[in-house]
Amino acid sequence: MKHLRAINQKARRIDDHVASQTDDVVALQGPPQGQQRPHVPMGCSLVFSPGWEVDSAGGTAGLCQPVERDLYDCYITCYWPAQVPDHLNNYPDWTAKCAAATKDWRNIDLVFP
Amino acid sequence: MNQYRLGEFHPFGGGRFLYLVPSAGIFELDDACRAVLSRLEKGEASREELAAIAGPDVVDELHQAHAITTNGFSPQLQQPPADFPLQTLVMNLTNQCNLSCQYCYEFGEDKVATPDGKPKFMDFETARQSVDYLLTSSEGRRAIHITFFGGETLMNFPLLKQVVDYASKKAAEQARAIDFSLTTNATLLTPAIIDYLSENRIGVTVSMDGAKESHDQFRVFANGRGSYDIIEPRVRALIKQHKTRPITARVTMTSQAMDVLGTYKHLKHDLGFHEVGFAPVTTSPNRLYSINESGLDSVLDQFRSLADEYRDHALRGKHHGFSNVSDTLAELHQGVSKSHPCGAGLGLVGVGPSGDIAPCHRFVDSDDHKLGHVSTGLDRARVSDFLGRGHINTKTDCSTCWARPVCAGGCHHEAYVRYGDTGHPNLHYCDWIRGWTGTCLEIYAAIVEHNPSFLQHFADRKAA
Repeated sequence: MKHLRAINQKARRIDDHVASQTDDVVALQGPPQGQQRPHVPMGCSLVFSPGWEVDSAGGTAGLCQPVERDLYDCYITCYWPAQVPDHLNNYPDWTAKCAAATKDWRNIDLVFP
Repeated sequence: MNQYRLGEFHPFGGGRFLYLVPSAGIFELDDACRAVLSRLEKGEASREELAAIAGPDVVDELHQAHAITTNGFSPQLQQPPADFPLQTLVMNLTNQCNLSCQYCYEFGEDKVATPDGKPKFMDFETARQSVDYLLTSSEGRRAIHITFFGGETLMNFPLLKQVVDYASKKAAEQARAIDFSLTTNATLLTPAIIDYLSENRIGVTVSMDGAKESHDQFRVFANGRGSYDIIEPRVRALIKQHKTRPITARVTMTSQAMDVLGTYKHLKHDLGFHEVGFAPVTTSPNRLYSINESGLDSVLDQFRSLADEYRDHALRGKHHGFSNVSDTLAELHQGVSKSHPCGAGLGLVGVGPSGDIAPCHRFVDSDDHKLGHVSTGLDRARVSDFLGRGHINTKTDCSTCWARPVCAGGCHHEAYVRYGDTGHPNLHYCDWIRGWTGTCLEIYAAIVEHNPSFLQHFADRKAA
Protein backbone atom coordinates (compact mmCIF):
# COMPACT_ATOMS: atom_id res chain seq x y z
CA MET A 1 0.00 0.00 0.00
CA LYS A 2 1.24 3.49 -0.78
CA HIS A 3 -0.92 5.66 1.43
CA LEU A 4 -1.28 3.46 4.49
CA ARG A 5 1.99 2.42 6.14
CA ALA A 6 1.83 -0.82 8.11
CA ILE A 7 3.25 -0.25 11.59
CA ASN A 8 2.57 -3.28 13.76
CA GLN A 9 2.89 -6.98 12.96
CA LYS A 10 -0.81 -7.44 12.26
CA ALA A 11 -0.83 -4.48 9.85
CA ARG A 12 2.04 -6.08 7.94
CA ARG A 13 -0.01 -9.27 7.62
CA ILE A 14 -2.97 -7.24 6.35
CA ASP A 15 -0.65 -5.51 3.89
CA ASP A 16 0.68 -8.86 2.65
CA HIS A 17 -2.82 -10.23 2.34
CA VAL A 18 -4.00 -7.26 0.31
CA ALA A 19 -0.91 -7.51 -1.89
CA SER A 20 -1.55 -11.21 -2.48
CA GLN A 21 -5.09 -10.40 -3.56
CA THR A 22 -4.22 -7.52 -5.83
CA ASP A 23 -0.59 -7.76 -6.93
CA ASP A 24 -0.02 -11.43 -7.57
CA VAL A 25 0.07 -11.20 -11.36
CA VAL A 26 2.48 -8.70 -12.89
CA ALA A 27 2.37 -7.95 -16.58
CA LEU A 28 5.73 -8.08 -18.33
CA GLN A 29 5.00 -5.05 -20.42
CA GLY A 30 3.06 -1.92 -19.70
CA PRO A 31 3.39 1.04 -17.35
CA PRO A 32 4.53 0.29 -13.78
CA GLN A 33 1.60 -0.30 -11.45
CA GLY A 34 1.92 -0.04 -7.71
CA GLN A 35 5.06 -1.10 -5.93
CA GLN A 36 7.34 -3.09 -8.23
CA ARG A 37 8.72 -6.20 -6.58
CA PRO A 38 11.38 -8.54 -7.90
CA HIS A 39 9.81 -11.29 -9.95
CA VAL A 40 10.91 -14.07 -12.26
CA PRO A 41 9.12 -14.72 -15.54
CA MET A 42 7.75 -18.24 -15.25
CA GLY A 43 6.09 -20.73 -17.54
CA CYS A 44 6.56 -22.71 -20.73
CA SER A 45 5.45 -19.95 -23.01
CA LEU A 46 8.39 -17.75 -22.06
CA VAL A 47 11.19 -20.14 -23.01
CA PHE A 48 12.14 -22.13 -26.04
CA SER A 49 10.43 -25.45 -25.69
CA PRO A 50 10.54 -27.87 -28.59
CA GLY A 51 6.94 -28.87 -29.04
CA TRP A 52 6.37 -32.08 -27.20
CA GLU A 53 2.85 -32.01 -25.91
CA VAL A 54 1.09 -32.20 -29.27
CA ASP A 55 2.23 -32.26 -32.86
CA SER A 56 1.09 -29.98 -35.65
CA ALA A 57 -1.99 -32.11 -36.17
CA GLY A 58 -2.96 -32.06 -32.51
CA GLY A 59 -1.81 -35.64 -31.96
CA THR A 60 1.35 -37.17 -30.51
CA ALA A 61 2.59 -39.17 -33.55
CA GLY A 62 4.77 -36.43 -34.96
CA LEU A 63 6.31 -34.82 -31.90
CA CYS A 64 9.46 -32.90 -32.71
CA GLN A 65 11.57 -34.64 -30.10
CA PRO A 66 11.63 -38.18 -28.71
CA VAL A 67 9.24 -38.65 -25.90
CA GLU A 68 12.05 -39.84 -23.61
CA ARG A 69 13.52 -36.42 -23.76
CA ASP A 70 10.38 -34.57 -22.80
CA LEU A 71 11.61 -34.53 -19.30
CA TYR A 72 14.26 -31.97 -20.15
CA ASP A 73 11.54 -29.37 -19.91
CA CYS A 74 10.77 -30.56 -16.43
CA TYR A 75 14.38 -30.15 -15.41
CA ILE A 76 14.82 -26.40 -15.19
CA THR A 77 12.62 -24.31 -17.36
CA CYS A 78 9.15 -25.21 -16.29
CA TYR A 79 7.43 -26.57 -13.25
CA TRP A 80 5.89 -29.92 -14.05
CA PRO A 81 5.44 -32.68 -11.54
CA ALA A 82 7.59 -35.28 -13.30
CA GLN A 83 10.70 -37.19 -12.28
CA VAL A 84 13.96 -35.86 -13.67
CA PRO A 85 17.45 -37.28 -13.18
CA ASP A 86 19.10 -36.39 -9.91
CA HIS A 87 21.47 -33.74 -11.17
CA LEU A 88 22.79 -32.85 -7.73
CA ASN A 89 24.37 -36.19 -6.75
CA ASN A 90 24.28 -39.00 -9.29
CA TYR A 91 23.98 -37.42 -12.73
CA PRO A 92 25.56 -33.98 -12.51
CA ASP A 93 26.58 -34.11 -16.17
CA TRP A 94 23.18 -35.09 -17.41
CA THR A 95 22.85 -32.04 -19.62
CA ALA A 96 26.55 -31.36 -20.19
CA LYS A 97 26.36 -31.91 -23.92
CA CYS A 98 23.38 -29.63 -24.32
CA ALA A 99 24.91 -26.17 -24.45
CA ALA A 100 21.97 -24.49 -26.15
CA ALA A 101 18.65 -26.24 -25.99
CA THR A 102 17.52 -24.83 -29.34
CA LYS A 103 20.41 -26.57 -31.14
CA ASP A 104 21.63 -29.35 -28.90
CA TRP A 105 18.50 -30.93 -27.46
CA ARG A 106 19.31 -34.18 -29.28
CA ASN A 107 22.45 -34.51 -27.15
CA ILE A 108 20.70 -34.67 -23.78
CA ASP A 109 21.74 -37.91 -22.15
CA LEU A 110 19.32 -40.64 -21.35
CA VAL A 111 19.62 -41.92 -17.82
CA PHE A 112 18.97 -45.52 -16.80
CA PRO A 113 19.22 -45.76 -13.02
CA MET B 1 -24.20 3.05 -6.15
CA ASN B 2 -22.15 2.11 -3.08
CA GLN B 3 -21.89 4.73 -0.40
CA TYR B 4 -18.77 4.70 1.75
CA ARG B 5 -18.72 5.33 5.47
CA LEU B 6 -16.15 5.13 8.25
CA GLY B 7 -15.12 1.68 9.42
CA GLU B 8 -14.32 0.87 13.04
CA PHE B 9 -11.05 2.27 14.36
CA HIS B 10 -9.46 4.37 17.07
CA PRO B 11 -7.32 7.26 15.77
CA PHE B 12 -4.27 8.23 17.85
CA GLY B 13 -0.97 10.07 17.67
CA GLY B 14 -2.76 13.29 16.70
CA GLY B 15 -4.73 11.48 13.98
CA ARG B 16 -1.64 10.15 12.23
CA PHE B 17 -2.30 6.53 13.18
CA LEU B 18 -5.29 4.20 13.13
CA TYR B 19 -5.89 1.25 15.41
CA LEU B 20 -8.27 -0.83 13.31
CA VAL B 21 -11.08 -2.82 14.91
CA PRO B 22 -11.42 -5.75 15.05
CA SER B 23 -8.24 -6.62 13.12
CA ALA B 24 -5.97 -4.71 15.57
CA GLY B 25 -3.76 -3.60 12.67
CA ILE B 26 -1.98 -0.28 13.21
CA PHE B 27 -1.38 1.90 10.15
CA GLU B 28 0.12 5.32 9.61
CA LEU B 29 -1.91 7.55 7.32
CA ASP B 30 -0.74 10.05 4.73
CA ASP B 31 -2.51 13.35 4.07
CA ALA B 32 -4.66 11.88 1.30
CA CYS B 33 -6.03 9.20 3.66
CA ARG B 34 -6.72 11.79 6.32
CA ALA B 35 -8.63 13.92 3.81
CA VAL B 36 -10.91 10.98 2.94
CA LEU B 37 -11.53 10.12 6.59
CA SER B 38 -12.28 13.70 7.57
CA ARG B 39 -14.80 13.91 4.71
CA LEU B 40 -16.50 10.73 5.93
CA GLU B 41 -16.71 12.07 9.48
CA LYS B 42 -19.40 14.39 8.10
CA GLY B 43 -21.40 11.48 6.65
CA GLU B 44 -21.51 8.97 3.83
CA ALA B 45 -20.03 9.74 0.44
CA SER B 46 -19.88 8.17 -2.99
CA ARG B 47 -16.77 6.64 -4.50
CA GLU B 48 -16.66 9.43 -7.10
CA GLU B 49 -16.69 12.12 -4.45
CA LEU B 50 -13.93 10.46 -2.41
CA ALA B 51 -11.84 9.71 -5.51
CA ALA B 52 -12.10 13.36 -6.46
CA ILE B 53 -10.67 14.33 -3.06
CA ALA B 54 -7.72 11.95 -2.94
CA GLY B 55 -7.65 9.61 -5.93
CA PRO B 56 -9.18 6.16 -6.41
CA ASP B 57 -6.17 4.24 -5.08
CA VAL B 58 -6.51 5.95 -1.69
CA VAL B 59 -10.16 4.89 -1.51
CA ASP B 60 -9.19 1.33 -2.47
CA GLU B 61 -6.45 1.09 0.14
CA LEU B 62 -8.62 2.38 2.96
CA HIS B 63 -11.35 -0.03 1.90
CA GLN B 64 -9.01 -3.01 1.68
CA ALA B 65 -7.79 -2.31 5.22
CA HIS B 66 -11.43 -1.95 6.42
CA ALA B 67 -10.80 1.61 7.58
CA ILE B 68 -13.76 2.58 5.41
CA THR B 69 -16.64 0.34 4.50
CA THR B 70 -19.62 0.11 2.20
CA ASN B 71 -21.80 -2.18 4.29
CA GLY B 72 -21.21 -0.98 7.85
CA PHE B 73 -20.45 -4.45 9.18
CA SER B 74 -17.21 -5.43 10.84
CA PRO B 75 -15.86 -8.93 10.24
CA GLN B 76 -16.76 -11.36 13.05
CA LEU B 77 -14.07 -13.30 14.86
CA GLN B 78 -14.22 -17.05 14.45
CA GLN B 79 -14.28 -19.73 17.13
CA PRO B 80 -10.85 -21.09 17.97
CA PRO B 81 -10.33 -24.72 16.90
CA ALA B 82 -11.77 -27.28 19.33
CA ASP B 83 -8.43 -29.04 19.72
CA PHE B 84 -6.49 -25.88 20.60
CA PRO B 85 -3.13 -27.15 21.92
CA LEU B 86 -2.30 -26.48 25.54
CA GLN B 87 0.75 -24.34 26.29
CA THR B 88 0.64 -23.56 29.99
CA LEU B 89 -0.51 -25.61 32.93
CA VAL B 90 -0.97 -23.84 36.24
CA MET B 91 -0.43 -26.42 38.95
CA ASN B 92 -1.90 -25.59 42.35
CA LEU B 93 0.46 -27.61 44.53
CA THR B 94 -1.70 -26.90 47.56
CA ASN B 95 -4.81 -24.94 48.42
CA GLN B 96 -3.39 -24.19 51.88
CA CYS B 97 -1.84 -20.85 52.76
CA ASN B 98 0.03 -19.50 55.76
CA LEU B 99 -1.37 -16.00 55.21
CA SER B 100 -4.95 -14.83 55.63
CA CYS B 101 -5.23 -11.98 53.14
CA GLN B 102 -8.79 -10.74 53.43
CA TYR B 103 -9.18 -10.04 49.75
CA CYS B 104 -8.01 -13.51 48.65
CA TYR B 105 -10.15 -14.88 45.83
CA GLU B 106 -9.47 -18.40 47.05
CA PHE B 107 -10.42 -17.96 50.71
CA GLY B 108 -11.97 -14.50 50.96
CA GLU B 109 -15.60 -13.42 50.96
CA ASP B 110 -16.00 -13.80 47.19
CA LYS B 111 -14.43 -17.23 46.90
CA VAL B 112 -15.64 -19.61 44.21
CA ALA B 113 -13.69 -22.65 45.42
CA THR B 114 -15.49 -25.55 47.09
CA PRO B 115 -12.52 -27.39 48.63
CA ASP B 116 -14.45 -29.45 51.21
CA GLY B 117 -13.55 -33.11 51.04
CA LYS B 118 -10.79 -32.55 48.49
CA PRO B 119 -7.07 -33.07 49.08
CA LYS B 120 -5.29 -30.07 50.59
CA PHE B 121 -1.92 -30.97 49.07
CA MET B 122 -1.31 -32.43 45.63
CA ASP B 123 0.48 -35.79 45.67
CA PHE B 124 3.15 -36.89 43.21
CA GLU B 125 0.86 -39.29 41.33
CA THR B 126 -1.58 -36.46 40.53
CA ALA B 127 1.30 -34.14 39.62
CA ARG B 128 2.75 -36.81 37.33
CA GLN B 129 -0.61 -37.25 35.61
CA SER B 130 -0.83 -33.46 35.22
CA VAL B 131 2.57 -33.32 33.51
CA ASP B 132 1.62 -36.22 31.21
CA TYR B 133 -1.66 -34.48 30.46
CA LEU B 134 0.22 -31.29 29.55
CA LEU B 135 2.62 -33.16 27.29
CA THR B 136 -0.09 -35.03 25.39
CA SER B 137 -2.42 -32.02 25.15
CA SER B 138 0.24 -29.68 23.82
CA GLU B 139 1.16 -31.71 20.77
CA GLY B 140 2.79 -29.61 18.09
CA ARG B 141 4.17 -27.01 20.48
CA ARG B 142 7.91 -26.98 20.89
CA ALA B 143 7.91 -25.00 24.14
CA ILE B 144 5.58 -25.53 27.06
CA HIS B 145 5.30 -24.03 30.49
CA ILE B 146 4.31 -25.01 34.03
CA THR B 147 3.42 -22.36 36.60
CA PHE B 148 3.37 -23.46 40.22
CA PHE B 149 0.65 -21.87 42.26
CA GLY B 150 -1.27 -22.20 45.51
CA GLY B 151 -2.44 -21.56 48.21
CA GLU B 152 1.11 -20.81 49.12
CA THR B 153 3.20 -22.66 46.57
CA LEU B 154 6.23 -23.15 48.82
CA MET B 155 4.16 -25.05 51.41
CA ASN B 156 4.57 -27.97 49.00
CA PHE B 157 8.15 -27.32 47.87
CA PRO B 158 9.17 -31.04 47.93
CA LEU B 159 6.56 -31.77 45.27
CA LEU B 160 7.72 -28.78 43.20
CA LYS B 161 11.20 -30.30 43.00
CA GLN B 162 9.81 -33.70 42.01
CA VAL B 163 7.69 -32.12 39.28
CA VAL B 164 10.64 -30.14 37.89
CA ASP B 165 12.71 -33.34 37.72
CA TYR B 166 9.97 -35.43 36.16
CA ALA B 167 8.72 -32.82 33.67
CA SER B 168 12.24 -31.86 32.56
CA LYS B 169 13.07 -35.50 31.91
CA LYS B 170 9.88 -36.21 29.98
CA ALA B 171 10.19 -33.02 27.92
CA ALA B 172 13.81 -33.82 27.08
CA GLU B 173 12.77 -37.30 25.88
CA GLN B 174 10.47 -35.57 23.41
CA ALA B 175 13.08 -32.94 22.51
CA ARG B 176 10.81 -30.18 23.71
CA ALA B 177 11.57 -27.12 25.80
CA ILE B 178 9.83 -26.70 29.13
CA ASP B 179 10.19 -23.89 31.60
CA PHE B 180 8.82 -23.20 35.04
CA SER B 181 7.68 -20.30 37.14
CA LEU B 182 6.01 -19.85 40.47
CA THR B 183 4.04 -17.30 42.40
CA THR B 184 4.71 -17.00 46.12
CA ASN B 185 4.06 -14.77 49.11
CA ALA B 186 7.80 -15.07 49.91
CA THR B 187 7.28 -15.92 53.59
CA LEU B 188 8.88 -19.36 53.24
CA LEU B 189 11.85 -18.49 51.04
CA THR B 190 15.18 -19.80 52.38
CA PRO B 191 18.68 -19.47 50.90
CA ALA B 192 18.53 -23.14 49.85
CA ILE B 193 15.19 -22.67 48.07
CA ILE B 194 16.43 -19.52 46.36
CA ASP B 195 19.52 -21.38 45.13
CA TYR B 196 17.36 -24.18 43.81
CA LEU B 197 15.06 -21.73 41.97
CA SER B 198 18.02 -19.94 40.44
CA GLU B 199 19.84 -23.12 39.42
CA ASN B 200 16.72 -24.45 37.73
CA ARG B 201 15.86 -21.16 36.02
CA ILE B 202 12.47 -20.98 37.70
CA GLY B 203 10.83 -17.57 37.25
CA VAL B 204 9.48 -16.04 40.43
CA THR B 205 6.59 -13.65 40.94
CA VAL B 206 6.16 -12.31 44.46
CA SER B 207 2.72 -11.15 45.57
CA MET B 208 3.51 -7.92 47.34
CA ASP B 209 1.49 -4.78 47.83
CA GLY B 210 4.17 -2.16 48.30
CA ALA B 211 5.88 -0.67 51.33
CA LYS B 212 5.06 -1.89 54.84
CA GLU B 213 2.06 0.35 55.41
CA SER B 214 0.13 -0.69 52.30
CA HIS B 215 1.42 -4.27 52.21
CA ASP B 216 0.32 -4.99 55.77
CA GLN B 217 -3.22 -3.70 55.17
CA PHE B 218 -4.32 -7.07 53.83
CA ARG B 219 -1.37 -9.40 53.52
CA VAL B 220 -1.50 -10.67 57.09
CA PHE B 221 -1.05 -13.87 59.06
CA ALA B 222 -4.03 -15.54 60.74
CA ASN B 223 -3.35 -13.54 63.92
CA GLY B 224 -3.64 -10.28 61.99
CA ARG B 225 0.09 -9.51 62.01
CA GLY B 226 1.40 -8.07 58.76
CA SER B 227 3.84 -10.09 56.67
CA TYR B 228 6.05 -7.26 55.38
CA ASP B 229 8.77 -7.57 58.01
CA ILE B 230 9.01 -11.32 57.42
CA ILE B 231 9.29 -11.13 53.65
CA GLU B 232 11.40 -8.00 53.18
CA PRO B 233 14.78 -9.66 53.92
CA ARG B 234 13.74 -12.77 52.01
CA VAL B 235 12.78 -10.73 48.94
CA ARG B 236 16.09 -8.88 49.06
CA ALA B 237 17.96 -12.19 49.24
CA LEU B 238 15.88 -13.58 46.36
CA ILE B 239 16.63 -10.62 44.11
CA LYS B 240 20.30 -10.72 45.05
CA GLN B 241 20.86 -14.47 44.59
CA HIS B 242 18.45 -15.44 41.81
CA LYS B 243 20.06 -14.16 38.65
CA THR B 244 18.83 -16.56 35.97
CA ARG B 245 15.34 -15.12 35.47
CA PRO B 246 13.78 -11.68 36.08
CA ILE B 247 12.03 -11.42 39.45
CA THR B 248 8.69 -9.64 39.31
CA ALA B 249 6.27 -8.24 41.84
CA ARG B 250 2.51 -8.51 41.48
CA VAL B 251 0.54 -5.85 43.32
CA THR B 252 -3.12 -6.10 44.25
CA MET B 253 -4.64 -2.66 44.59
CA THR B 254 -7.45 -1.98 47.05
CA SER B 255 -9.31 1.09 48.23
CA GLN B 256 -6.75 1.33 51.06
CA ALA B 257 -3.73 0.83 48.82
CA MET B 258 -3.93 2.92 45.67
CA ASP B 259 -0.56 4.66 45.74
CA VAL B 260 0.75 3.37 42.42
CA LEU B 261 3.72 5.68 42.16
CA GLY B 262 4.93 5.13 45.73
CA THR B 263 4.45 1.39 45.47
CA TYR B 264 6.33 1.18 42.18
CA LYS B 265 9.16 3.28 43.53
CA HIS B 266 9.51 1.09 46.60
CA LEU B 267 9.35 -2.25 44.79
CA LYS B 268 11.48 -1.27 41.81
CA HIS B 269 14.05 1.03 43.34
CA ASP B 270 14.21 0.17 47.05
CA LEU B 271 13.86 -3.60 46.72
CA GLY B 272 15.11 -4.04 43.14
CA PHE B 273 12.38 -6.03 41.39
CA HIS B 274 12.91 -6.29 37.64
CA GLU B 275 9.28 -5.60 36.84
CA VAL B 276 6.19 -4.59 38.79
CA GLY B 277 2.63 -5.34 37.64
CA PHE B 278 -0.55 -3.91 39.17
CA ALA B 279 -4.13 -5.13 39.17
CA PRO B 280 -7.17 -3.89 41.08
CA VAL B 281 -8.56 -6.45 43.53
CA THR B 282 -11.26 -8.76 42.19
CA THR B 283 -14.30 -8.37 44.40
CA SER B 284 -17.98 -7.73 44.51
CA PRO B 285 -18.61 -3.99 44.54
CA ASN B 286 -19.89 -3.79 48.15
CA ARG B 287 -16.67 -4.88 49.87
CA LEU B 288 -14.88 -2.21 51.86
CA TYR B 289 -11.63 -2.82 49.99
CA SER B 290 -13.31 -2.59 46.58
CA ILE B 291 -12.08 0.34 44.50
CA ASN B 292 -14.99 2.52 43.40
CA GLU B 293 -15.26 4.55 40.22
CA SER B 294 -13.49 7.65 41.50
CA GLY B 295 -10.80 5.42 42.97
CA LEU B 296 -10.27 3.82 39.58
CA ASP B 297 -9.94 7.27 38.03
CA SER B 298 -7.25 8.14 40.53
CA VAL B 299 -5.45 4.86 39.82
CA LEU B 300 -5.64 5.51 36.08
CA ASP B 301 -4.16 8.98 36.55
CA GLN B 302 -1.25 7.46 38.46
CA PHE B 303 -0.88 4.72 35.86
CA ARG B 304 -0.59 7.48 33.27
CA SER B 305 2.12 9.30 35.21
CA LEU B 306 4.10 6.10 35.53
CA ALA B 307 3.43 5.31 31.86
CA ASP B 308 4.89 8.71 30.93
CA GLU B 309 8.02 7.72 32.81
CA TYR B 310 8.02 4.43 30.87
CA ARG B 311 7.74 6.31 27.58
CA ASP B 312 10.65 8.59 28.42
CA HIS B 313 12.76 5.53 29.25
CA ALA B 314 11.71 3.80 26.03
CA LEU B 315 12.60 6.81 23.90
CA ARG B 316 16.10 6.63 25.38
CA GLY B 317 16.19 2.87 24.73
CA LYS B 318 16.09 2.08 28.46
CA HIS B 319 14.14 -0.67 30.22
CA HIS B 320 11.37 0.41 32.59
CA GLY B 321 9.81 -2.03 35.02
CA PHE B 322 6.12 -1.07 34.79
CA SER B 323 4.97 -4.35 33.31
CA ASN B 324 1.38 -3.25 32.66
CA VAL B 325 2.77 -1.05 29.88
CA SER B 326 5.09 -3.73 28.48
CA ASP B 327 2.24 -6.28 28.43
CA THR B 328 -0.13 -3.92 26.64
CA LEU B 329 2.52 -2.72 24.16
CA ALA B 330 3.30 -6.36 23.32
CA GLU B 331 -0.36 -6.96 22.50
CA LEU B 332 -0.59 -3.78 20.45
CA HIS B 333 2.64 -4.42 18.57
CA GLN B 334 1.70 -7.98 17.71
CA GLY B 335 -1.82 -6.86 16.81
CA VAL B 336 -3.56 -9.35 19.05
CA SER B 337 -7.29 -9.54 18.38
CA LYS B 338 -8.88 -11.81 20.94
CA SER B 339 -11.91 -14.03 20.58
CA HIS B 340 -11.59 -14.59 24.35
CA PRO B 341 -10.15 -12.34 27.05
CA CYS B 342 -7.33 -14.74 27.91
CA GLY B 343 -6.07 -18.25 27.26
CA ALA B 344 -8.16 -19.87 30.01
CA GLY B 345 -9.63 -23.12 28.72
CA LEU B 346 -7.66 -22.73 25.48
CA GLY B 347 -3.86 -22.62 25.78
CA LEU B 348 -3.96 -22.58 29.57
CA VAL B 349 -5.69 -24.58 32.29
CA GLY B 350 -5.43 -24.73 36.07
CA VAL B 351 -5.13 -28.03 37.94
CA GLY B 352 -6.06 -28.35 41.61
CA PRO B 353 -4.57 -30.66 44.25
CA SER B 354 -7.26 -33.24 43.41
CA GLY B 355 -6.29 -33.28 39.74
CA ASP B 356 -9.48 -31.51 38.69
CA ILE B 357 -8.96 -29.27 35.66
CA ALA B 358 -10.29 -25.70 35.86
CA PRO B 359 -10.22 -22.94 33.22
CA CYS B 360 -7.42 -21.24 35.18
CA HIS B 361 -5.90 -21.10 38.67
CA ARG B 362 -8.65 -18.78 39.85
CA PHE B 363 -11.33 -21.43 39.34
CA VAL B 364 -9.36 -24.32 40.82
CA ASP B 365 -11.32 -26.46 43.32
CA SER B 366 -14.65 -25.00 42.16
CA ASP B 367 -17.15 -27.75 41.33
CA ASP B 368 -19.20 -25.34 39.23
CA HIS B 369 -16.28 -24.64 36.93
CA LYS B 370 -14.62 -28.02 36.70
CA LEU B 371 -13.69 -28.84 33.09
CA GLY B 372 -12.36 -32.36 33.60
CA HIS B 373 -9.66 -34.35 35.39
CA VAL B 374 -6.02 -34.92 34.47
CA SER B 375 -6.57 -38.70 34.40
CA THR B 376 -9.50 -38.54 31.97
CA GLY B 377 -8.95 -35.27 30.10
CA LEU B 378 -11.41 -32.50 29.33
CA ASP B 379 -15.19 -32.74 29.35
CA ARG B 380 -15.74 -31.25 25.88
CA ALA B 381 -19.32 -30.17 26.61
CA ARG B 382 -18.23 -28.14 29.65
CA VAL B 383 -15.30 -26.59 27.78
CA SER B 384 -17.57 -25.71 24.92
CA ASP B 385 -20.08 -24.08 27.30
CA PHE B 386 -17.31 -22.08 29.00
CA LEU B 387 -15.73 -20.90 25.74
CA GLY B 388 -19.11 -20.27 24.13
CA ARG B 389 -20.08 -17.87 26.93
CA GLY B 390 -16.72 -16.14 26.89
CA HIS B 391 -16.55 -15.50 23.14
CA ILE B 392 -16.55 -11.84 22.15
CA ASN B 393 -19.36 -12.41 19.63
CA THR B 394 -21.78 -13.23 22.47
CA LYS B 395 -20.98 -10.01 24.35
CA THR B 396 -23.37 -7.54 22.78
CA ASP B 397 -22.18 -4.71 25.02
CA CYS B 398 -18.70 -5.05 23.56
CA SER B 399 -19.77 -4.98 19.93
CA THR B 400 -19.33 -1.22 19.57
CA CYS B 401 -16.21 -0.84 21.72
CA TRP B 402 -12.94 -0.08 19.95
CA ALA B 403 -10.89 -1.68 22.73
CA ARG B 404 -12.44 -5.13 22.31
CA PRO B 405 -9.46 -6.64 20.40
CA VAL B 406 -7.35 -6.39 23.57
CA CYS B 407 -10.07 -6.73 26.22
CA ALA B 408 -12.65 -9.15 24.79
CA GLY B 409 -14.89 -8.43 27.77
CA GLY B 410 -12.30 -8.92 30.49
CA CYS B 411 -11.44 -11.60 33.05
CA HIS B 412 -13.82 -14.60 33.23
CA HIS B 413 -13.29 -14.86 36.99
CA GLU B 414 -13.88 -11.18 37.64
CA ALA B 415 -17.09 -11.44 35.61
CA TYR B 416 -18.25 -14.41 37.67
CA VAL B 417 -17.59 -12.63 40.97
CA ARG B 418 -19.30 -9.43 39.81
CA TYR B 419 -22.14 -10.74 37.68
CA GLY B 420 -22.44 -14.45 38.41
CA ASP B 421 -21.60 -15.39 34.81
CA THR B 422 -18.12 -15.99 33.39
CA GLY B 423 -19.35 -14.74 30.00
CA HIS B 424 -20.67 -11.39 31.24
CA PRO B 425 -18.69 -8.36 30.01
CA ASN B 426 -16.93 -6.56 32.87
CA LEU B 427 -18.85 -3.35 32.38
CA HIS B 428 -17.51 -1.78 35.59
CA TYR B 429 -14.09 -1.22 34.04
CA CYS B 430 -14.87 -0.35 30.40
CA ASP B 431 -13.79 3.27 30.77
CA TRP B 432 -10.63 2.11 32.51
CA ILE B 433 -9.75 -0.32 29.71
CA ARG B 434 -10.36 2.25 26.98
CA GLY B 435 -8.44 4.90 28.92
CA TRP B 436 -5.51 2.59 29.51
CA THR B 437 -5.41 1.18 25.95
CA GLY B 438 -5.57 4.75 24.60
CA THR B 439 -2.67 5.76 26.84
CA CYS B 440 -0.57 2.83 25.64
CA LEU B 441 -1.39 3.61 22.00
CA GLU B 442 -0.04 7.14 22.52
CA ILE B 443 3.16 5.66 23.94
CA TYR B 444 3.29 3.31 20.97
CA ALA B 445 2.98 6.26 18.58
CA ALA B 446 5.80 8.10 20.37
CA ILE B 447 8.05 5.05 20.14
CA VAL B 448 7.22 4.50 16.44
CA GLU B 449 8.11 8.10 15.76
CA HIS B 450 11.24 8.54 17.86
CA ASN B 451 12.76 5.13 18.63
CA PRO B 452 11.16 2.43 16.46
CA SER B 453 13.94 -0.10 17.10
CA PHE B 454 12.71 -0.34 20.71
CA LEU B 455 9.63 -2.18 19.43
CA GLN B 456 11.78 -5.22 18.77
CA HIS B 457 11.49 -5.92 22.52
CA PHE B 458 7.81 -6.66 22.01
CA ALA B 459 7.97 -8.80 18.90
CA ASP B 460 8.29 -12.01 20.91
CA ARG B 461 7.17 -10.99 24.39
CA LYS B 462 4.34 -13.20 25.46
CA ALA B 463 1.20 -11.15 25.07
CA ALA B 464 -0.66 -11.25 28.37
